[in-house]
Amino acid sequence: MAIDPETVAHIARLARIKVTEDEKAALAGELSTILQWIEQLDEVDTAGVEPVSSVVDAVLPWREDRVTDGGQAEKVLRNAPEAVPGFFAVPKVVE
Amino acid sequence: MTTPSELTHLTLAGARDGLAARRFSAVELADAHVAAIEAGRQLNAFITETPDQARAMAAESDRRIAAGEARPLEGIPLAIKDLFCTEGVATTAGSHILDGFRPAYESTVTANLWRAGAVMLGKANLDEFAMGSSNMTSYHGAVENPWRRQGDNRPLTPGGSSGGSAAAVAARMALGATGTDTGGSIRQPAAFCGIVGIKPTYGRCSRWGIVAFASSLDQAGPMARTVRDAAILLGQMAGHDPKDSTSVPLPVPDFEKALDEGVRGLRIGIPREYRIEGTPPEIEALWQQGIAWLKDAGAEPVEISLPHARYALPTYYIIAPAEASSNLARYDGVRFGLRVPGGSLDEMYENTRAAGFGAEVKRRVLIGTYVLSAGYYDAYYLKAQRVRARIVEDFRNAFQQVDAILTPATPSAAFGLGENMDDPLAMYLNDVFTVTANLAGLPGLSVPGGLSAEGLPLGLQVLGRAFDEATVLRVGQAIERAAGFDAKPAMVGGAA
Amino acid sequence: MSLIEGRTGAWEVVIGLEVHAQVVSHSKLFSGAATEFGAEPNSQVSFVDAGMPGMLPVINAACIRQAVLTGLGLEAEINLVSVFDRKNYFYADLPQGYQISQFTRPIVGRGTIVLDLPGGASRSVGITRLHLEQDAGKSMHDQHPTMSYIDLNRSGVALMEIVSEPDMRTSEEAGAYLKKLRSILRYLGTCDGNMEEGSMRCDCNVSVRRPGDELGTRCEIKNVNSIRFVMQSIEYEARRQIAVIEDGGTIRQETRLFDSGRGETRSMRSKEHAHDYRYFPDPDLLPLVLSPEFVAEIKAGMPELPDAKKARFVSEYGLTPYDAGVLVGEQENAAFFEAVARGRDPKLAANWVTGDFFGFLNKSGLPIAESPVSAEALGGLIDLIRDGTISGRLAKEVFEAMWETGKPAPAIVEERGLKQVSDTGSIEASIDGVMAANADKVAEYRSGKDKLFGFFVGQVMKATQGKANPALVNEILKRKLAG
Repeated sequence: MAIDPETVAHIARLARIKVTEDEKAALAGELSTILQWIEQLDEVDTAGVEPVSSVVDAVLPWREDRVTDGGQAEKVLRNAPEAVPGFFAVPKVVE
Repeated sequence: MTTPSELTHLTLAGARDGLAARRFSAVELADAHVAAIEAGRQLNAFITETPDQARAMAAESDRRIAAGEARPLEGIPLAIKDLFCTEGVATTAGSHILDGFRPAYESTVTANLWRAGAVMLGKANLDEFAMGSSNMTSYHGAVENPWRRQGDNRPLTPGGSSGGSAAAVAARMALGATGTDTGGSIRQPAAFCGIVGIKPTYGRCSRWGIVAFASSLDQAGPMARTVRDAAILLGQMAGHDPKDSTSVPLPVPDFEKALDEGVRGLRIGIPREYRIEGTPPEIEALWQQGIAWLKDAGAEPVEISLPHARYALPTYYIIAPAEASSNLARYDGVRFGLRVPGGSLDEMYENTRAAGFGAEVKRRVLIGTYVLSAGYYDAYYLKAQRVRARIVEDFRNAFQQVDAILTPATPSAAFGLGENMDDPLAMYLNDVFTVTANLAGLPGLSVPGGLSAEGLPLGLQVLGRAFDEATVLRVGQAIERAAGFDAKPAMVGGAA
Repeated sequence: MSLIEGRTGAWEVVIGLEVHAQVVSHSKLFSGAATEFGAEPNSQVSFVDAGMPGMLPVINAACIRQAVLTGLGLEAEINLVSVFDRKNYFYADLPQGYQISQFTRPIVGRGTIVLDLPGGASRSVGITRLHLEQDAGKSMHDQHPTMSYIDLNRSGVALMEIVSEPDMRTSEEAGAYLKKLRSILRYLGTCDGNMEEGSMRCDCNVSVRRPGDELGTRCEIKNVNSIRFVMQSIEYEARRQIAVIEDGGTIRQETRLFDSGRGETRSMRSKEHAHDYRYFPDPDLLPLVLSPEFVAEIKAGMPELPDAKKARFVSEYGLTPYDAGVLVGEQENAAFFEAVARGRDPKLAANWVTGDFFGFLNKSGLPIAESPVSAEALGGLIDLIRDGTISGRLAKEVFEAMWETGKPAPAIVEERGLKQVSDTGSIEASIDGVMAANADKVAEYRSGKDKLFGFFVGQVMKATQGKANPALVNEILKRKLAG
């Protein structure tokens, strides 16, 4: 599958990465090359094969319902590039 | 009195014994390494050096040793790949987007190491978000391999993504290092730098506190100069962690002790699909040499088939970017790291992520976004998950016949810094031998086997059954002994 | 079936609801931070909830139990294997850049809710699925002219998304569905159902069609936070869609917001970008596997639910379905009634609970647990009526005094001397007095003016300050007047 610059723009938008016109064209070429190489997987017969999303041979562990965390607003907010006392802050969102 | 350069040339096991015998102090050991790091800054192996922390931790180790309370890694100075979150110490993942980030928490693996008495020298350079095989994608600059081709002083790549860790250990700046391996990021740089690296079984080491690249593939492991050193480190890094749902609740065996068992009677699989066209003859020759060494040591080589191995790399380049595209969504300029202002929330996101991520990271995030997007999910992502099932099945069948598998670690020796940068596919091929172990979740070790015609180290890879790192290490040690690899890089502790 | 009459004929409204119900648990779905409402901003946030690098989710066992319990309460299939997926999108209050949810394999499959409709009718609504997911944080847009503030206290709190089939046809049915669902959740203790605090929120899918036609294009009204608003928004939205179609337009599938001030829905422009959530199984988690024994154990511990309780109230206590329905709506009310009825006449108990008691309770706005009259106290009052200590008429006065003072019925009867007089001697004396004072009326009565009997009863009761046993007064008066 070849990817055109419009598709690059669409997925860049989904991924929230700004791309310039030049980048769009270059990425379209690079991503197309990679995808075409990936498409050799079509040769593999996978009829009736269950997809594998984890190779861990175990079941999901559960934890007890106890409050063991939190109460550390200062630590949570400490690394924020922009914060007002008690909150993270972002450019205003209009709903 | 031991000289600083003698101290940095010790093995980890040797340093441990020397500390226990009080031949030198932990502070002396730390100081020697701190000095080697300073002298070797040209390699750019570290993003952040932590000499004060190293000395403080070493002083505590000396106190404990004096009090007879030494712990398993007491006073051992280590480099930590800058993908492990370290409390209060800048953690960058090799990316601009984590500018200024100082975690308020410590990763489980590093916490385990400090609890065992190890000493932190600093945070080692890496490919950005561990995405790369050359360490060229780091925002903090490329790392130089301490090795040089004979008669050629042009800098070479240490491999990646754990390139800083590998270079630091090879150049005698650290007795060992942590790495992470998603497609070969421990084993390929270990091979390029002439050291030992093991990616344990998925679930053996906790992923908690390690900046995630591809969650179903990422696994932490040790890098060191000998198989024994790697075994000692792995024993302390590993262990069940209730904070990681994919961490497996199994006891950690005594890997160092397991080394004594040798390889007599082991059946070693030789996968015919690993004979890849275009592989340099010296790689093929080393592989044959490895088979012969193991045979001499009493093991039995068995030809096996891994029919889907050749599809591992394209499978990986769907799954890893897909997971990464989601894992890297949290780098959005809101709660930590870089923020580039924008008129709206979305503009702020787009500006921040455009400026914060490098070209390779963007490429992978976009590929990952694409293969998960509506209309393509089945054709790419689900297909890859199905091929992954095939690969898992291949190994399951193979390990019914054999106890371990021997392959080359990489399709070439270290290449020049900056080579392959304009061709992502050529770069991806570095992982062709290593990536299967990540997809199947199996342990894989890279051990130096000899030198290329140009005088560069070449590695062999040993793969094993899930949670059977002990056998992998035993086979690795048999190769290590037979190879008698004692070549040293051109640049050691800053001295060329 | 109720239809809406448009300009061009009748329209049928098709409604499906997606309810987000906050799971009752101490800690969050995937972290150990607390879930309490109203805490200081960002004080109930773990590094996991803040999406810090390297943080990993670990599931809360209690949330799994609550989801299974709710599934059983909705008579739904419990899926022994379910999977957590990531729903990827960017938003300021979504720290990870994805929400952990269940997409292809939810923990609970198809189930049913029976609606209680006016006039005692009922109607089944299908449940499509129930899945567990994380809540997002909260954005505050009104604190600063150019910034929105983010509080992550809610981030990671467990929600159950309960999706209905498009089985409802009127806003009343939608209201009845939410009431019934809330009642079931409260009975189970899996969600407190408090819509004001946001622990239950509703998205309404509304479309219109000509009766018998294929389903029309639907619009989704997001995040409506009261039952009344759900009903208003559906009503408005249905009429809006009909008007659009009747004017020759077409309905565009979109997300809309209900403006409760104007009673209107409006398009949410911020949601107009085409969504592509790129769901995939969360690689940080493994499939959630339940054993049949685990499910059986939860089933064995299930409380009696409203439908079963209602049926029992009708069969066991002989209540009308209406009274039974009123009593079982809230578990506490049903329990109160049963405490009052224990060892007493259940119909009398039901009359008192649904009558004076609920009347006073509603007027006071108090929760039943804080009522000044306990079930025991109300039972005491009923006992006094049954044994003839007080008359039914005076009982209302006693009840009012109990409500005001919190004192038990016997104390009030004693204090105010309201004891019913059943001593025939004293009643006869009173009757004699009344007859003597009204000799003319006695003569009229005896000459055939029977209607005066009521007058004499009134006079006697007045003379005894209402305390005379009415049955005895009747009997003795009749005898004496007869001469």
